[in-house]
Amino acid sequence: MKKLFVLLLTSVLVLSSFTACGKEDGGNKLYVYNWGEYIDPAVLEMFEEETGIQVIYDEFETNESMYSKISAGASLYDLVCPSDYMISKMITEDLLQPINWDHVPNRIYIGEDYWEMSKGFDEEGQYALPYCWGTVGILYNTTLVSEPIDEWADLWDPQYTDEVLMQDSVRDAFMVALIKNGHSCNSQTTEELELAKQELINQKPIVQAYVVDQVRDKMIGGEAAIGVIYSGEAIYTQRENPDLEYVIPKEGSNLWIDSWVIPKNARNVENAEKFLDFLCRPDIALLNFDYITYSTPNVSAREMIEDEEIRNSEIAFPTLSNYNLEVYKYLGEETETIYNNFWKQVKAY
Amino acid sequence: MNKKKLSNHLLSTPFYLWIGAFIVIPLFMIFYYGFTDKTGAFTLENITAMAEPWHFKALMISVVLSVISTIICFLLAYPLAYILSQMKVNSHQYVVFMFILPMWMNFLLRTLAWQTLIEKTGVINGFLTALGLPALRIINTNYAIVLGMVYNYLPFMILPLYNTLAKIDPSVVNAARDLGANSFITFKRIIFPLSIPGIISGITMVFVPSLTTFVISNILGGSKILLIGNVIEQEFTVACNWHLGSGLSIVLMMFIVVNMVLSMIFDKDGEANAL
Repeated sequence: MKKLFVLLLTSVLVLSSFTACGKEDGGNKLYVYNWGEYIDPAVLEMFEEETGIQVIYDEFETNESMYSKISAGASLYDLVCPSDYMISKMITEDLLQPINWDHVPNRIYIGEDYWEMSKGFDEEGQYALPYCWGTVGILYNTTLVSEPIDEWADLWDPQYTDEVLMQDSVRDAFMVALIKNGHSCNSQTTEELELAKQELINQKPIVQAYVVDQVRDKMIGGEAAIGVIYSGEAIYTQRENPDLEYVIPKEGSNLWIDSWVIPKNARNVENAEKFLDFLCRPDIALLNFDYITYSTPNVSAREMIEDEEIRNSEIAFPTLSNYNLEVYKYLGEETETIYNNFWKQVKAY
Repeated sequence: MNKKKLSNHLLSTPFYLWIGAFIVIPLFMIFYYGFTDKTGAFTLENITAMAEPWHFKALMISVVLSVISTIICFLLAYPLAYILSQMKVNSHQYVVFMFILPMWMNFLLRTLAWQTLIEKTGVINGFLTALGLPALRIINTNYAIVLGMVYNYLPFMILPLYNTLAKIDPSVVNAARDLGANSFITFKRIIFPLSIPGIISGITMVFVPSLTTFVISNILGGSKILLIGNVIEQEFTVACNWHLGSGLSIVLMMFIVVNMVLSMIFDKDGEANAL
């Protein structure tokens, strides 16, 4: 027994010395945690060249997986790019630190509307710098459907059995079912959620697969006829496959905004602020937009887009008043558990 | 303590440290999380949660699919290992090499390659349609998951089988033949019983990873079929409920421990370590 204890102790010591080493190399580095394919790699290179700061860049697939990594405290990132409701959750749980706006002068290029939108989850505008925004909608292949798709209910149409791609992310999946039933995508009532769960279970035989980033490639390849997708992917996919059409369903949908935040345990705050300022520079934001094709909140960058069709595109820059759009809110731990449990039941069914 | 013993201990220090840091402590943490709730109080709820219908269903699908995969692997691997063990020394090494070769490539990539192959608009269906044959519809079904498991874990069945079969002394077989046994009797009474240790380790090495996989079901099952590995992974990554994830892992470990104990009883020669 004593031997075992000594063994445990030594291992703990060794492990802690590893982490101690990790802390010393703070130096001129910047640890960034972003969505998959959500930045132009050239932007990172330019930043490294201009500032001499080395960027260590990691990617995540869903807000939830990002959150479990950050909240565990094991990983020390200097910048993270979550969505609205997740930022609100992280603020509530005291995981973020305010950004010193004096160090980010280029923030003036971000449009007033987007700062206003941010106040929905960051009331005093202290924590979040808008990066990309958009809607959730349906992408469909005009050669594979009998008539244009325009509502969520089409995703339940048996004639499209094995042709529908759903989002493998709990809030987006429930949003589809809730809004189809005429409820809010921030619903907290168990009856409405129960109903949505049942809808999703009914839909399962029609669904080909639950995917996140793969929607894009599968739709381009013609693997499926209909997919739930973020508007930012629509321009890219249409570029690759002109048969694809994006629509915001008439029942309404989700409006989302992803913003940069600095976690409380960040070690290179100054570098993080430099990076944010760099990203807000109109030429950089434009470069980034051309690559990732997600709607930019950077007004000057938008004005600089050469292709008039894209500059005025209803997909990239929708007139918000024309659609019934709702931003996700953080619903509290209890409701979140209900969502997660119901989603698990749908997936296991 | 004599000198030799001391130096032995010293030399094995890295090994002890490794075991401590990466096996004992993580296991201890799993048990700690598995038997506590969010407030840190003792609870059995995370363990009994396996009885909830959706968890239990995922567990059953996992067990059934991994049993099927293990049986298929065995049926494919045994004749092959037997033929290999009968081949001339030079040529069999090439064949064994051929089976290990794909393992040099990343497991994820190989599974993704299968996805591209068997997709609706995939490579195989491209051929079939060009030849006027009906398309293959197995992607995102149980069949695709079994295919992935068999493909990925087949080498782990072949190698231990081959090792035991190759070690059987030819004179034992010759003696059986001298005493009048025909090939079937020789196989049944001599070769098969002597290869049991290899069979058991092969089964363990295919069954355990199949039972716990979540990558294969994600990639080839389109996330439509939830295996118990997926449930546990989701609890850790999405739901952020480490307690439930650990509790379910402990139940799953029971299955693996039973399997390991069985293989230890049969596998006295340590074939599982032959790799």
